Amino acid sequence: MSSRIFGSGIRRREDPRLITGSATYTHDIVLPGMVHAVMLRSSHAHARITRIDTEQAKAAPGVLAVYTGADIEGALQPMPCAWLLPDSDLKIAAYPCIASDVVRYTGDIVAVVVAEQPSQGYDALDLIEVDYEPLPSVTDPEAAAADGAPQLHADIEGNQAFHWTVAGGDADAAFAEAEASGVVIKERILQQRLIPNAMEPRGAVAQYSRATGELTLWNTTQNPHILRFLCSVVTGIPEDKLRVIAPEVGGGFGSKIAAYPADFVTVFCSKQLGRPVKWIETRSENYQATTHGRDHVQDVELAATKDGKITGLRCTVHAGMGAYLSTAAPGIPTILHGLMLSGCYTIPALKEDVYGVYTNGVPVEAYRGAGRPEATFMLERLIDMLAGELGMDPADVRRRNFIPKFDDGHKVITTLNYDSGDYPGALDKLLEHTGYAGLRAQQAAGPVNGKYLGLGLSSYVEICGLGPSQVAGAIGFQGGLWESAIVRFHPTGKVHVFIGASPHGQGEETTFAQIVASEIGVSSDDVKIFHGDTDATPMGWGTYGSRTTAVGGAALAVAVRKIRDKAKVLAAHLLEASVDDMEYEDGKFFVKGSPDKAKTIQDIALMANVAWDLPEGMEAGLEASTFYDPPNFVFPYGAHLAVVEVDTATGDVELKGYTALDDCGPQINPTIVEGQVHGGVVQGIGQALWEGAAYDDSGQLVTGSMLDYALPRADRLPPIDVISTVTRSPHHPLGVKGIGEAGTIASTAAVYNAVMDALKPLGVKRVDMPFTPERVWRAIQDAKGA
Amino acid sequence: MKVPVSITINGRVCEHEVEPRTLLVHFIRDLAGLTGTKVGCDTSQCGSCTVLIDGVSAKSCTTLAAQADGAGITTIEGLGDGEQLHPLQESFWNKHGLQCGFCTPGMILASHELLRTNASPSEAEIRHGLEGNLCRCTGYENIVRAVRDAAGAMAQE
Repeated sequence: MSSRIFGSGIRRREDPRLITGSATYTHDIVLPGMVHAVMLRSSHAHARITRIDTEQAKAAPGVLAVYTGADIEGALQPMPCAWLLPDSDLKIAAYPCIASDVVRYTGDIVAVVVAEQPSQGYDALDLIEVDYEPLPSVTDPEAAAADGAPQLHADIEGNQAFHWTVAGGDADAAFAEAEASGVVIKERILQQRLIPNAMEPRGAVAQYSRATGELTLWNTTQNPHILRFLCSVVTGIPEDKLRVIAPEVGGGFGSKIAAYPADFVTVFCSKQLGRPVKWIETRSENYQATTHGRDHVQDVELAATKDGKITGLRCTVHAGMGAYLSTAAPGIPTILHGLMLSGCYTIPALKEDVYGVYTNGVPVEAYRGAGRPEATFMLERLIDMLAGELGMDPADVRRRNFIPKFDDGHKVITTLNYDSGDYPGALDKLLEHTGYAGLRAQQAAGPVNGKYLGLGLSSYVEICGLGPSQVAGAIGFQGGLWESAIVRFHPTGKVHVFIGASPHGQGEETTFAQIVASEIGVSSDDVKIFHGDTDATPMGWGTYGSRTTAVGGAALAVAVRKIRDKAKVLAAHLLEASVDDMEYEDGKFFVKGSPDKAKTIQDIALMANVAWDLPEGMEAGLEASTFYDPPNFVFPYGAHLAVVEVDTATGDVELKGYTALDDCGPQINPTIVEGQVHGGVVQGIGQALWEGAAYDDSGQLVTGSMLDYALPRADRLPPIDVISTVTRSPHHPLGVKGIGEAGTIASTAAVYNAVMDALKPLGVKRVDMPFTPERVWRAIQDAKGA
Repeated sequence: MKVPVSITINGRVCEHEVEPRTLLVHFIRDLAGLTGTKVGCDTSQCGSCTVLIDGVSAKSCTTLAAQADGAGITTIEGLGDGEQLHPLQESFWNKHGLQCGFCTPGMILASHELLRTNASPSEAEIRHGLEGNLCRCTGYENIVRAVRDAAGAMAQE
């Protein structure tokens, strides 16, 4: 049984506490004497604060304190940016935890109220008087970079946070040649601003002890160890007196990577008052102040020969960063975007300029896929346009340009070394599985009742499993990217595992137990995984970038193999045999040829712990620890197909079917993999069809609540068909890659291409996402007019 | 001014004097101490706070505690019998109908309402029945499978 546990879709061990309401999320924590913080956030996108009067609020019922920017002066350092992008003229604007002179987006914190009850805090917010002198604002990244745009930060000219470039080959020559004798495709793509919408809003509970100077911070974070470090930097509390706990965390999608001003303001309040303080954001506050994603204006062009061979790619991106640079923000539209620009294809020359631009919006951070969906979309859209231009099937243009199958490394023009992949194989299997040729024939028969069928392909490869640390240093990431695991056998053969990563819905308590079980033959039920507490777990860099299984899973496998090695030596000693004569199979150690006289791992665990009879020099106990720094990234890939129907009378887009083929290497738990794909795909579909954060001309967030921001709902989606291929990563101890972001990286482009494919006979050339019925209908009317 | 409110939650009577504006979800979480019921939004969109009031589902963030005076409430903690999971809980577990778990209590209770009013729903009816509850993790696919599975299990009981 145990040897087959790897690859088994067993039920998740996380679920019993979640389906019975007994899990503890940050909001559920109650401590003796606990009081509540609520934040007053700016009502202006850009304004000078000329006066703040908190006297009335301070006198309101239940209010213990009101603090403003003046109160935190010297006590809270500015928010750090932790991705110092090299060679990019990076300019980091001062990012105070509480704004005291100028507010730069409608979520900037202006004051905090601490009260006995949250309701008393909210009542008191209304009693704080703030006089603002409004300043001109700008939220569009391209407009913010233009001459004469309102300036956000006095010392940062042109609002330019950075200018980053990537280039390989001679792109200009490729375009000159294509202009003369080939084809050039140009497109402007708007990757709209998105709101991540983890179902659990963010929050923090801070408990500071004046007696010991120690702080415990419960937080809705994806990376408690990074938060501990950043909390130390901002609050000045030394790391050894800081404990960060990520309890049950209700989804993140990138929005819980960053450290936030409100977290440290909550710490400040606890320190000032000597009482535990809880802060939980409302959903509206989440929209106003928790990081957003995407927000690119992309001008892209593709050079190709007349028979569909790509010869070059050039692009200029204006990436909106929001009012300040969030923790990891500069790396998202650059490293995680630009280095993946050649995708699954052989592209001999490319060049990209990325301008990071300050705007009067919520800071933009990683959002599921983080830079890679924006790269995949660019390429997949241009390839479909090239197919249209040349009268070829989009699948054929992809085939013409794919990197051929490779098993152990392939260097691409952006200098990355992809690990393994079979992109043509993935597409072929997808087309066969979905009956693509039949669907094309159905489409060729013409519209039915004014409804046009459209097919959209998206072939993708992504970079994930973020590490190695040496690369992290070279690209300016202010941390390492290894992961850790401690495996501890108890006398009865039960196992505790402590990991540095911090899962928050991905199910690693289950899959990691499966890794242990498959590596050393215990039942997965005998393995308990601990995570999310900096006092209880070894250092780790967190759960994002599809890296927990890819890097943390590798750390765990290596640690268990260390245990196996020690157990083998001990077994040989107990069986009075030479270690070289020992064999291991399915949790049993025995002398070659004598499997009936085996020592089980449980026997070994007992002897190691009681230590009555150990080989000379062997330490007691059965425990191993690993810090695993991967030799390279991993590169999952796949091909997706979306089928849509567009009603020309109403502009309504109906997603008729969706098939995802993903290759994340060997699957530890296929049920969990499938679930990750479902969720990822639907988030990408959301971007194509419904989602988009919008600011009005004065910088007010128009999509300020779930009433206004259209999230995917069950009744608007077809069943998602999930299939896979299996290509091992040559450098990973288990051969596995990552699957958390794959769906999102592929699906926006697939759905977009499908809708444009449906609209092609009507002469529609481009429509900005999301495809609301109004936009689609207007595009159809405009094309008719033309 | 406070008003006395008496609500029976999962069979236990909870009596508190509350401000008239107190929402039922806060009564359940803060006064009865049952934190399985979640708050995911402030506009009655997400459905994380769904509970049963006298057997009928309601969003407890849009109901005043005072309105529920005298009512019997079932929250996620009271859905099973303490020993055995409710078939819906079992199906959500079996079909991987949850990931982060935050929407799950509300989603299970909304599914309870769906099956109460339609014991054998079609796929489209399940999807329609759950459109008032948001989930960001699962893409709903496995939730739909879980509800279908639970309908089958409950029909056999």
